[in-house]
Amino acid sequence: MDLNTITEVVRRPSERPGAGWHEGDAWLAGGTWLYSTEQPDLRRLIDLTALHWEPLVPTDTGLEIGATCTIRDLYAFPWPEGRSAGVLFRRSCEAFLSSFKVWNTATVGGNVCLSLPAGPMITLTVALEAQYELWAPDGSVRFVDALDFVTGDHRNVLAPGEVLRRIVIPEHALRRRTAHRRFTLTRLGRSTVFLVGTQRPGGDDLVLTVTAGTTRPLRIAFDSLPDARTLRQSIDAVPADVWFADPNGTPDHRRHLTRHFAEEIRRELTAGGPA
Amino acid sequence: MSCIVNGREFGREPAPGQCLRTFLRELGHFGVKKGCDAGDCGACTVWLDGAPVHSCITPAFRADGREVTTIEGLGRPGALHPVQRQFEDAPGFQCGFCTAGMIMTSATFTEDQRADLPRALKGNLCRCTGYRAIEDAVKGVGAVEAAAPGKAVGASVGAPAGHDVVTGHAEFTMDTRIDGMLHLKVLHSPHAHARVLSIDRSAALAVPGVHRVYTWEDVPRRRFTTAIHTDHLVDPDDTYVLDDTVRFAGQRVAAVLADTVGAAEEGCRRLAVEYEVLPAVFDPEAAMADGAPQLHGSDDPFVRDPAHNILLELHAHIGDVDAGFAAADVIHEGTYFSPRVQHAHLETHGSIAWMEDGRLNVRTSSQSPSIAKVKLEHLFALRPDQVRVFCRRVGGGFGGKQEVITEDLVALATLDTGRPACLEFTREEEFTTASPRHPMTLTVKLGAKADGTLTAFQVRNVSNTGAYGNHGGETMYAGGAAVMIYRCPNKKFDAYSVYTNTVPSGALRGYGMTQPAFAVESAMDELARALHIDPLELRRRNIVRPAEPLVALHDGPDDVVFGEDGLATCLDLVGDALARTADQVPPGPEWLVGAGVASSLHETAPPTEHLSEAWVTLGDDLIYEVAVGTVEFGEGTSTAHVQIAANQLGTTPSRIRLVQSDTDRTGFDTGAFASAGLFVAGNAVLRAANAVRDRILECAATHTGVHVVMCTMDDDGVVCGDRRVSLAELVALGRARGIRFTAARKAYGSPRSVTSNTQGFRVAVHRVTGEIRILYSVQAADAGVIINPAQVRGQVEGGVAQGIGFALTENHHLDGSGVMVNPNLRNYRIPTYADIPRTEVLLVGSADSVGPMRAKGMAECCINPVAPALANAVHDATGVRYRALPLTPERIYGRLLAEQSVSAG
Repeated sequence: MDLNTITEVVRRPSERPGAGWHEGDAWLAGGTWLYSTEQPDLRRLIDLTALHWEPLVPTDTGLEIGATCTIRDLYAFPWPEGRSAGVLFRRSCEAFLSSFKVWNTATVGGNVCLSLPAGPMITLTVALEAQYELWAPDGSVRFVDALDFVTGDHRNVLAPGEVLRRIVIPEHALRRRTAHRRFTLTRLGRSTVFLVGTQRPGGDDLVLTVTAGTTRPLRIAFDSLPDARTLRQSIDAVPADVWFADPNGTPDHRRHLTRHFAEEIRRELTAGGPA
Repeated sequence: MSCIVNGREFGREPAPGQCLRTFLRELGHFGVKKGCDAGDCGACTVWLDGAPVHSCITPAFRADGREVTTIEGLGRPGALHPVQRQFEDAPGFQCGFCTAGMIMTSATFTEDQRADLPRALKGNLCRCTGYRAIEDAVKGVGAVEAAAPGKAVGASVGAPAGHDVVTGHAEFTMDTRIDGMLHLKVLHSPHAHARVLSIDRSAALAVPGVHRVYTWEDVPRRRFTTAIHTDHLVDPDDTYVLDDTVRFAGQRVAAVLADTVGAAEEGCRRLAVEYEVLPAVFDPEAAMADGAPQLHGSDDPFVRDPAHNILLELHAHIGDVDAGFAAADVIHEGTYFSPRVQHAHLETHGSIAWMEDGRLNVRTSSQSPSIAKVKLEHLFALRPDQVRVFCRRVGGGFGGKQEVITEDLVALATLDTGRPACLEFTREEEFTTASPRHPMTLTVKLGAKADGTLTAFQVRNVSNTGAYGNHGGETMYAGGAAVMIYRCPNKKFDAYSVYTNTVPSGALRGYGMTQPAFAVESAMDELARALHIDPLELRRRNIVRPAEPLVALHDGPDDVVFGEDGLATCLDLVGDALARTADQVPPGPEWLVGAGVASSLHETAPPTEHLSEAWVTLGDDLIYEVAVGTVEFGEGTSTAHVQIAANQLGTTPSRIRLVQSDTDRTGFDTGAFASAGLFVAGNAVLRAANAVRDRILECAATHTGVHVVMCTMDDDGVVCGDRRVSLAELVALGRARGIRFTAARKAYGSPRSVTSNTQGFRVAVHRVTGEIRILYSVQAADAGVIINPAQVRGQVEGGVAQGIGFALTENHHLDGSGVMVNPNLRNYRIPTYADIPRTEVLLVGSADSVGPMRAKGMAECCINPVAPALANAVHDATGVRYRALPLTPERIYGRLLAEQSVSAG
């Protein structure tokens, strides 16, 4: 929709785009969420796509995803042999409520920074133990564990003027075995719960990432595969107010689904077999 | 900036925060539609350098230096893109508002996407078709047929506007540009109940571009009802254009008129309103209790009991239900709840007004320009000749546009300023201020003998009319349809329409019949289980049969012609279809499978006054002009009217030109609702066409000396014995003799017929998650003589899909203050392609209708049995009865577990 309070768009921001940040500013990436709802408090948009950050950079130590990488590019990324977690990228893109048309412009960083419980790029990057590189307005850089970035529904650790520059996924995470489960109230709808389990190749550990059903992503880690009761107890130990209530699910149902699907993931990873 | 749109270069700077959708429309590309303005519905899809994007969430400046393609640039009239042709031939549309987006999306599909339409089409919503027709269009399956002269009825001819719809040239309400037009935006109440103590408008008026601020002090102090009926007395006059008391969160507080939408929005933000917040009540039972907050102090005698917020009570008793229950072997009683649901027609409400030659002109998105005109005359004390109201193509209605909720404000602004003014609802305003379906709680008590014969039938209905009484009474009376379907000597019906501090309820497809159908058809299923009788068999034993009286609220003379056993045939067809498919396998071991049925029956026109006039004229161009007031919004009456006229005049639809829905150019028409567009207006068209035909034949007979019984219409001529006279000759002859081939005829919504149907579902329910999957869907419908098979099928499919949405996916959430939590299509989930199964549509060919060509309107009835058939199937699958809609997984799973632990224990 038209954002009628916007008086200026910075279409050629400087390489350190946060320098001139002031109240009423917003980062513009794909714009697919920003333009989807009223933004009466915003006056200026700063277009990050003009900085042409490299979208996907495989390195010796893993994969770097530029914050403005589109979902389309992520979905199309050809996975080299041995990166067993690669399948999770496509499944996470498909977890978007939005259509492939939105993927043409929506960005990975935009979804992360929107920080909705159902943000599938959050699920993906938390499950793959990513670090987020954040640039402050003064030029300083910090790294935050993906798990710690989202603090609640539509809330995160970004300071005013701070920008998500890139997401760094370590090589070892890309080589982990994965299993995932997702539930939606309508077919192909928005996630009610989205769970990912990962395991070291040949190992018997379990790292369970719980998202969408909770106001912020949770990681429940076991050095060795738990039994069903232990797994369930660890989910039951999640504080009641962390289970999310919105039109896409109730807290009780989400906890119930999480128990159910966590157990399915446990069994899948117990069963072993191909990664 | 500079961009190329459809091959043409435009150099123009968008506003900084403008989206591409409005920028393209400003450049004249009105094929780019607004359904949601939020990236959810896909109606605004265009290509940016060949890639499809939702233009409403694409910053306009991103088109700089790039190439944009809109529906208008995809193909041209006469040189369609193949996908445009496929959508015309399928036909892949009803109202046509989503069509441009559907075409611009599906024209980019790869083979992989075409093989996975649930995903490929998830960003495109259609509220009309139920998606089967869209799938056919994408896959190139066609149903449109050509009709031979005089044989149009019974053929699946295409809609008159089909070509314009697929090329993006069909003009909808807001698809026009008027120089100097001002824009209205409304400030809505944040409180569910409050008195407006003061409104400081100075800051708003200081905003550059703001012309006026309207508050309750600026409007005629004249009560009216926003509900549309010919007889305005069937609804209470309890509403002001703007009021100093607000009775629901979202109600208009003030309206700002400005040069731009942005200035009007800023004006609204700067209004300083002081409220005295009043206690509010949201539940109708609580609202009826002593001491509840009172909404209306109205002295309107229509209102039954203002102190208890009771708008209307209805008490009917036929026979003796106490004796009936005493004589019963089995009694079932249950309370069933149908919630508030929204029409979600893709075109939001909107109106444009301007003055021309001293007259008020209003172009609007309405189901009845004739009644909208009458209301404007009443509100603003205008003579009938001072107002014209008309509709271009309307983007869906479903009853939502049987309400005057935008026309009043644009008329106010234009009459005040003399300038053109417009008001276009946002999607959020549709949810928070337009009139959804009445939430109803019905307690049904049934008594039966062991053989299933009903002995007593008692219903108590508490209906939530919301803050105002529009449609509150008529929807309550309409509920009788769910009671008259079964023969029973003892019937009792008590109903209450109650004011609460919620959005005013209104008309919605199935109008007051759908909620009682859910209750009664669920209760019949439960009764069948208690009696150990097959639910279909229980119905067969109790449905009304031809020649029996249709008794609901009173036992007396009626105007209904009921000659054939269409409903019994529907029951048999659905029973056979479910038996034929009984070996369907569950999706997996954790799924429970079951089947359910439900039926409905209602009259083919409303009990209130319903009138329509049609004019048919043979012009000098040898084209028959059919002028009728009925609006086209996807219900397909335009096609049917053209077919009826072509059929009677012995010609093809190509020789018919339709003029419609314009109070300056057509006669009075109550409106396209209550299935009357076909039944009433169709009869007017039929009679006018017959009158013109007879006049032509008489003229030809006189001219040739051949007796008139030997003369027949023959497309562009008349065959008189062994001679043929061309229409051209006859028109010339007529002109010389002063004979005009023109006629006007009126039709009235009485006598009426009955239409009926039965829905069957087989569902699978996941025993852990509560997910419901529909494995099989079938509806048998008695639509009388079928005028257009493809359209009838499409209406049933669309009604079933909407019914599935209301039962399974749509959930209208209010917070504790009565504010809607999810007023958008992202979180109020109308069905997508992926949610809707194909429905097998089985048509019963009855001939007892008194409608045109013995046809029956059936676009409403089809929705009524959907929810109860689903609930009955879920019960069959799980052993658990769900008596409250919607049947969403989080409401299903908990009781499945409880049931399992009980049975395990």
